[in-house]
Amino acid sequence: MSAVRVLVGTRKGAFILTSDGTRDRWEVSGPHFGGWEIYHVKGCPTEPNRLYASQSSSWFGQVIQRSNDGGKTWAPVGNKFVYEGTPGTHLWYDGTPRTFEFTCVWHLEPSLTDPDTVYAGVQDAALYRSVDGGQTWQELAGLRQHESARSWQPGAGGMCLHTVVLDASRPQRIFVAISAAGVFRSDDAGKTWRPMNRGLKSEGIPDPTAEVGHCVHRIAVHRSRPDVLFMQKHWDVMRSDDAGESWREISGNLPTDFGFPIDVHAHEPETIYVVPIKSDSEHYLPEGKLRVYRSRTGGNEWEALTRGLPQRDCYVNVLRDAMAVDALEPCGVYFGTTGGQVYASANAGDSWTPIVRDLPSVVSVEVQTLP
Amino acid sequence: MIIRVVLPAHLRTLARVEGELKLDVDGPPTQRTVLEALEAAYPMLRGTIRDHGTHQRRPFVRFFACERDLSHESPDARLPDAVAVGAEPFLVVGAMAGG
Repeated sequence: MSAVRVLVGTRKGAFILTSDGTRDRWEVSGPHFGGWEIYHVKGCPTEPNRLYASQSSSWFGQVIQRSNDGGKTWAPVGNKFVYEGTPGTHLWYDGTPRTFEFTCVWHLEPSLTDPDTVYAGVQDAALYRSVDGGQTWQELAGLRQHESARSWQPGAGGMCLHTVVLDASRPQRIFVAISAAGVFRSDDAGKTWRPMNRGLKSEGIPDPTAEVGHCVHRIAVHRSRPDVLFMQKHWDVMRSDDAGESWREISGNLPTDFGFPIDVHAHEPETIYVVPIKSDSEHYLPEGKLRVYRSRTGGNEWEALTRGLPQRDCYVNVLRDAMAVDALEPCGVYFGTTGGQVYASANAGDSWTPIVRDLPSVVSVEVQTLP
Repeated sequence: MIIRVVLPAHLRTLARVEGELKLDVDGPPTQRTVLEALEAAYPMLRGTIRDHGTHQRRPFVRFFACERDLSHESPDARLPDAVAVGAEPFLVVGAMAGG
């Protein structure tokens, strides 16, 4: 029987939640790296027991951990992230130039084909790649050396490269998203990059339709249809049908289109999920109700999914990397909250149950479907 | 010479050590020579106490010995004699911060 492994990063450690394919009963392992902030844990598609974890602390900096046995044991690998050449400057909150300075790894994206190759999106925004299982890291510096980089400004959470999307059908293609610069695409394995933000409109910047400067919160894609991208922007839920060349809004009847995560059903490329948040200045759920919204039409028409979720006095948030889907039938959907709950749905969102209720604040959730 | 070093709990866990370390340090006992011996023996600590490139102490890390804060002294200043002869440990401390 198949099984599911949920990899949870929290403000105070990592947790691994496992179940068989029924997804009824769960075992909880952790905290791993207790007391450290775990931005992200992710497994390799081709070697599921190979996991990478980003472990960081304001005191002791960045550590990358690797497991070869599905998270039972871990070993630290390389943590040296050096900007290639002159770091250059971006804009600080006050509009003055500020030298790029490495802070931490927000997102780890293992290669779709090689377990020793993994990408790291970092703050201050840059993309790194390791081809030796995380022992050493090389910056794909063409991104940070893009002519627009001098104008990039940090979002409230810092100037982070938080999303890395690989294209299974075109190995040379990589999408990244940066807060608050926007989406960039490379078609030559990371050497050169183009901003891909046409159609985005952000009222909070001087030129609402600028080529660069948008606070993109996350992008998601269905592996079978890599030219169709979905985006949760600071405000607005967006869609591209041409690999990011242009975007159109699909917020439709959402109660609010501010939010962080967005994900796509494993078997239905037009079924997508978001968690609307009241506003950018409040960062909690509207009306005290925890509602996942699902569109089965690729956007615009949304339904609230509430069964099993608290519908009063709930004021948590769901962060950008804290939602994921499994590949079972029916598709499982998972998300974690800043209140420490991890909810699971074994029926594509129709109903939900908490796997755990009282973890530290959840930063990221990834799911592996195991044979 | 043998220098005694005490790490904060999180770094002891990362380095998989318990209690106090004893490091064989070449040359004069300074912050730099002690940290280089420490990082050579425990490579996973590289970058966690001082920056990989500049070797500057991380902002929330402090160095104490003999009831003194040595954090702002030159990394090449000689450590107190009591540390050099092994009577006192060199303490790497996570600063009290964060409320």
